[in-house]
Amino acid sequence: MGATPLLELQRISLSFKGVKAITDISFTVEQGEICALIGPNGAGKSSLLNVINGVYQPDQGLIGFNGQRYQKMQSHQAAVQGIARTFQNIALFKGMSVLDNVLTGRNLKVKSSWIEQAFHIGRALADEIKQRQKAEEIIDFLRINQWRNSIVGTLPYGLQKRVELARALASEPRLLLLDEPMAGMNREEKSEMSAFILDTQREFGTTVVLIEHDIGVVMGLSDHVVVLDYGKKVGDGTPDEVRKSPEVIAAYLGTTH
Amino acid sequence: MIYRESGQFITSYQADHRIFKLYQQRWAFYALLGFAFVIVPFIGNDYWFSAILIPFLVLSLAGLGLNLLTGYAGQISLGSAAFMAVGAFAAYNFQVRIEGSPLLVGFVFGGVAAAIVGVIFGLPSLRIKGFYLLVSTLAAQFFVTWVLTQFGWFSNYNASGVISAPSLLILGHDFSSPAGRYLLTLGVVTVLAFFARNIVRSELGRHWMAVRDMDTAAAVIGIPILKTKLLAFAISSFLLGIAGALWAFTYLGTVEPHGFDLSRSFQILFIIIIGGMGSILGNFLGAAFIVLLPILLSNLSANFLAGVVDPGQLENLQKIIFGALIIFFLIKEPNGLARLWQLFRERARIWPLRF
Amino acid sequence: MEFFLEVLTGGLLAGLMYSLVAIGFVLIYKASGVFNFAQGSMVLFSALTFVSLLERGVPFWVSFAVTLLTMIALAWAIERVVLRPLVNRPPITLFMATLGLSYIIEGVAQAMWGAQVHGLELGISDAPLEIGGMLLSQFDLFSAATAGILVLFLSLLFNKTRIGISLRAVADDQLAALAVGIKLQRIWMIVWAVAGFVGLVAGLLWGARLGVQFSLSLVVLKALPVLIIGGFTSIGGAIVGGLIIGASEKLAEVYLGPIIGGGIENWFPYVLALLFLLVRPAGIFGERAIERV
Ligand SMILES: Nc1ncnc2c1ncn2[C@@H]1O[C@H](COP(=O)(O)OP(=O)(O)OP(=O)(O)O)[C@@H](O)[C@H]1O
Ligand SMILES: [Mg+2]
Repeated sequence: MGATPLLELQRISLSFKGVKAITDISFTVEQGEICALIGPNGAGKSSLLNVINGVYQPDQGLIGFNGQRYQKMQSHQAAVQGIARTFQNIALFKGMSVLDNVLTGRNLKVKSSWIEQAFHIGRALADEIKQRQKAEEIIDFLRINQWRNSIVGTLPYGLQKRVELARALASEPRLLLLDEPMAGMNREEKSEMSAFILDTQREFGTTVVLIEHDIGVVMGLSDHVVVLDYGKKVGDGTPDEVRKSPEVIAAYLGTTH
Repeated sequence: MIYRESGQFITSYQADHRIFKLYQQRWAFYALLGFAFVIVPFIGNDYWFSAILIPFLVLSLAGLGLNLLTGYAGQISLGSAAFMAVGAFAAYNFQVRIEGSPLLVGFVFGGVAAAIVGVIFGLPSLRIKGFYLLVSTLAAQFFVTWVLTQFGWFSNYNASGVISAPSLLILGHDFSSPAGRYLLTLGVVTVLAFFARNIVRSELGRHWMAVRDMDTAAAVIGIPILKTKLLAFAISSFLLGIAGALWAFTYLGTVEPHGFDLSRSFQILFIIIIGGMGSILGNFLGAAFIVLLPILLSNLSANFLAGVVDPGQLENLQKIIFGALIIFFLIKEPNGLARLWQLFRERARIWPLRF
Repeated sequence: MEFFLEVLTGGLLAGLMYSLVAIGFVLIYKASGVFNFAQGSMVLFSALTFVSLLERGVPFWVSFAVTLLTMIALAWAIERVVLRPLVNRPPITLFMATLGLSYIIEGVAQAMWGAQVHGLELGISDAPLEIGGMLLSQFDLFSAATAGILVLFLSLLFNKTRIGISLRAVADDQLAALAVGIKLQRIWMIVWAVAGFVGLVAGLLWGARLGVQFSLSLVVLKALPVLIIGGFTSIGGAIVGGLIIGASEKLAEVYLGPIIGGGIENWFPYVLALLFLLVRPAGIFGERAIERV
């Protein structure tokens, strides 16, 4: 584990029109670990990810990332800092091909200007080919070659989830936020997706924060688990510690997932 | 339309980035261009040049301009004609006020002026979305035509309000004949179509489509939303501005604001709906359709329905047909004629091996 | 001051006429999420049908009833032919479909009834009336009263009838409404028919003022800024928006016109609406929701 944590949330609170979605949450995520966020529906898990990468602005608290502190993140700033993201309800660019979606993930690496691109001069072609090579590597890595030129909106749900992961990975992120990457998948697809996430962590050293309802998957995958309930943190530790914690058991009693 | 691609493999990313991946396609395209540039000027007659080919080309360019903004970047606009008007008047004033200035530079100046106005009316797009944005583009539509009629300076204090366009001289060559105006228009439109095609296939084109499909996700992956939208407004208006200048200089021969009213904006929107949103070819198909349909209808009724349909009704009939076609395309083929053409080509590629 | 008040009141009353058109919009938007550009042509179509019947010697109320039936038939046809096949398509597609619709309706209206201007006499004198020292048009007062009655009628319809209640359920949450067995398609047809009725009333008042002619369909362009200011989903908003646009447009025409030149009423409402939007991106009454992802 690194000396300073990659992500450090300090006393984050968020409300929508007076209704509290997140109350005073703090925790840290170390470099290179896989951290799982769990909790019942409406606990505030997605909202927390949205705060981390600037989709929502918190009412209070500080976000520490990579040694910097932010009162609030802007989406663009988060992307520049190396935070990538997938969404609970797939947010792909539905009218574009798989390849183009993955290429958009590399937008911050593109060096040539639009004028160079429009006239095919200067760095344009070399740049495009370089981005294309990187994108193809990711496509190979996630084994979606076959659908490279398909329009994303026409693909089945499970594949779309994978394309969304590919788009996030294309940016070579330091921190990867995954919102229910395995929702709606069968056992086989889930283990395949888990393998991709583990491979990502091992091969690229990416730190991962993921939300998942399947406790079995969570326990097998993560180094660190944070439990939310009604917008509050009720557990934080290794999978084994969390499993034994009475608050966590209470939060999960009576809810079926 | 029978062609085969056996043995043609794409072996590099560079080759895969080409517009036409099969050499048959490339040949066919160059042959078409050659035909349009070399043969048509000799075989066409004045009626074809002035009433069909020139308006077709100019409207294709206008459609292309709007398509970049609406079809690619997802920002709906009802103000296209206003940007055309800015282009026409800017090019005109450039010619009139700067002695001996080159014609093509005037066109570019018209495009740049339109781009600036486009960016101004595009600025609200950061705060307002969807239908609310219609207001900004309609404000452009009404405000611009008002300014151009209200202040005599723009029409060089011409009392009649109808100004003849300056002569069409490029490097001493006179392009004033119908064939010359056709060639000039074709040249400008071809260059700009390549420019647009390069853009939509580049990084900027991907940014536009990303913003169109899901702007929150686009922001999250680091695409600068404001810059992307404003570039869409700027480049779209640039093309529309040049289309406006061509409309005034090579098609009508006169410069006046009334030709650029709201119904022109609708016409351009219809071109992209019928032709196909998010397609370059679609603008040409849609424009051809819009130019040819009225001619076809009036010929049909003159030849077969003489006396049955009176000419006044023809206009109503045309409106009904356009309206119905728009609804038909939206329901049956939202990607327009361009998609139909693509399907047809795919058929042709595997013909006769259907299955 | 006297003159100012007179201009202001005149503008407010004229603004209510804009509201009338805007209300038709709001009804359809609330129930089906469709931004109906064809509302203006529906105004034209109903007024033209009514006038043409009247000119052929059909009595007033019979013409009214026949026109209303025509509007209901139109609503039925629109639901069947346009809305149903386009269900679940993006809003922008539906909007463009209503553009096509407006072309069809205008074409049919003019093919059927001709393109000349028809005078429409509702029997209300346009002689100015002096109230509290101000000269006000009787006709404007009459249209204002009509607008008031119409709004009252609509709120009764929405709050007291079963149809109205299902309609509000649909506006609140389409999926939930479907789940409790409300038939969306029937609701849409009814809403379009009601919007047709509102269009008829607006068409009669506008027609009596401007003459029944093609330009009547352009009132939709005036209703648009009204909607923007008032928000797309609030009838109250449509009224307030109409008042704001009507009043400021008249004031601008009278006080700003001489300085910067005539004809500013063409664009002034749009620029005003745009300024409003920059301050309140969802209109005065709309609440800006934070997008969920
Ligand atoms: N954009 C928003 N506007 C208003 N309320 C919101 C918004 N986003 C989230 N909420 C509310 O905040 C609370 C937390 O929601 P959130 O989506 O973060 O929960 P979650 O833990 O991800 O639940 P799930 O497991 O169902 O995905 C909920 O009550 C939700 O209704
Ligand atoms: Mg969630």
